[in-house]
Amino acid sequence: MCGIVGLFAKSPGIEERLGVHLTAMLAQMSNRGPDSAGVAVYRDPAPFGSSKLTLYSADPHEHWGALCDELGDAFGGEHEPNVRASHAVVLVETGAAEAEAWVRSRHPELRVMSAGRVIEIYKEVGRPEVFADQFHLTDVHGTHALGHTRMATESRVTTEGSHPFSTGLDLCLVHNGSLSNHNTLRRALRREGIEFQTENDTEVAAGYLAWRLREGASLEQALEGCLDDLDGFYTFAVGTADGFAVLRDPIACKPAVLAETDDWVAMASEYHAIAVLPGADDARMWEPEPGVVYVWEQARV
Amino acid sequence: MVTGTEPVTEVVDLALTPLRELNQRLHDVATAGEGPRHWRVVNPRGAHAVACGLDAELDVEIDGHVGYYCAGMNQLATVRVRGNAGTGLAENMMSGLVVVDGSASQSAGATGRGGLLVVRGDAAARCGISMKGVDIVVRGSVGHLSAFMAQTGCLVVCGDAGDALGDSIYEARLYVRGTVAGLGADCIEKEMREEHVAQVRDLLARAEVDDVDPADFRRYGSARQLYTFKIDNAGAY
Repeated sequence: MCGIVGLFAKSPGIEERLGVHLTAMLAQMSNRGPDSAGVAVYRDPAPFGSSKLTLYSADPHEHWGALCDELGDAFGGEHEPNVRASHAVVLVETGAAEAEAWVRSRHPELRVMSAGRVIEIYKEVGRPEVFADQFHLTDVHGTHALGHTRMATESRVTTEGSHPFSTGLDLCLVHNGSLSNHNTLRRALRREGIEFQTENDTEVAAGYLAWRLREGASLEQALEGCLDDLDGFYTFAVGTADGFAVLRDPIACKPAVLAETDDWVAMASEYHAIAVLPGADDARMWEPEPGVVYVWEQARV
Repeated sequence: MVTGTEPVTEVVDLALTPLRELNQRLHDVATAGEGPRHWRVVNPRGAHAVACGLDAELDVEIDGHVGYYCAGMNQLATVRVRGNAGTGLAENMMSGLVVVDGSASQSAGATGRGGLLVVRGDAAARCGISMKGVDIVVRGSVGHLSAFMAQTGCLVVCGDAGDALGDSIYEARLYVRGTVAGLGADCIEKEMREEHVAQVRDLLARAEVDDVDPADFRRYGSARQLYTFKIDNAGAY
């Protein structure tokens, strides 16, 4: 099964309480995905020239402060880690790609959950309500967020196998469904230099998007490529620095509903996850057409 | 209900009352053969299985959007949704009337055996899939694979139909006013005779759709060329 939620704020009031709304939406999707949960939140952009990473450590006693000192020595600046449960967000005084490469080579014991200027990804095994509590999700503000509740079908229940998956700088993917050609596609993408950390089917879709974007496709083109190259069931939601995109496979076995008011745009696997938002009763509401890419983006000022 | 007085409406607030309690109370009317006939359900907030399995001449009005399987297996009752409905609306309905003012998600009226289902907005994919006698009137459009393996009953679509309409259809009649993106296997367009116009007129009237001309519809049905229709294969069943 799995549940997906997405929330895009169109007013400061929603931005301030993004975490509260996201938590309520995730809880509604708990029955669709009780084994793991995760969110990607877009918030607090790092200053130009610097970047932020969300890192995961399996060690509950991880010395995040020591890592920040090392990053300071390597790239300059003094930053405190922002620790949430098994994850920490760190600011680095260099570009996100370089910062990510540095962590991967120097600290192979850590997992880079996200890299970019605005994205933060948190994910963990366990019930969504417990996850939200552990990560103090209600404290989080931001411009937009995606969330996922997982009922695993294709691979193991692990933190790494939870969603969202990073698909590139400030990009992430959540998925409801299952892919049947992921092993073939994973081999093809490995030849293209895309790295995979798990046997998970969604990670392959994320890798596919990362590859298409690397080769110069727009997000819409990359998603449209999924219609030809991915075999299986999917409703995808993709988070970007400015917004999010939604795509359902042409057979459309997996549900999705979209709703919009003056204050927010939301998507969810089922309407009751949207019903918890203020003004939901009067929202404009529709079901995304199969095989059609929908994109929301913040107006760039 | 006492003759000569206004019908009393029983109001159930799903923000306060558990769903099972609502459905149980609705079922109890059928079991006991007495109880309130008019019901109004408020704050459904996308709940699944609202007003499922009714089996009495009730009039249930639901004020808001509902989730999956609303009015499933309905018998005798009239269920009106003042909002949208999720997957599997009126699935396997047997009789009665189900009306949705908004749109319905996929598989509306699936396997329905009787009664009338009316969707005033659009219905998504697989509307009337495997229908077995239910009549369905959609004021808007239907998605792909609608009336897949439809056996009997009528599907009336005032808007357009998606791809693979009526794939592997048996004896159901499909009437579409707008465009059909594509016909499924063994589904063909058929002549629209006066008896068919009359049938559409009757269904539109019962659905209270009065802004559409019955003469504007085209009829689709089975070419009866698939394996199942060959007499030589009868022994296989």
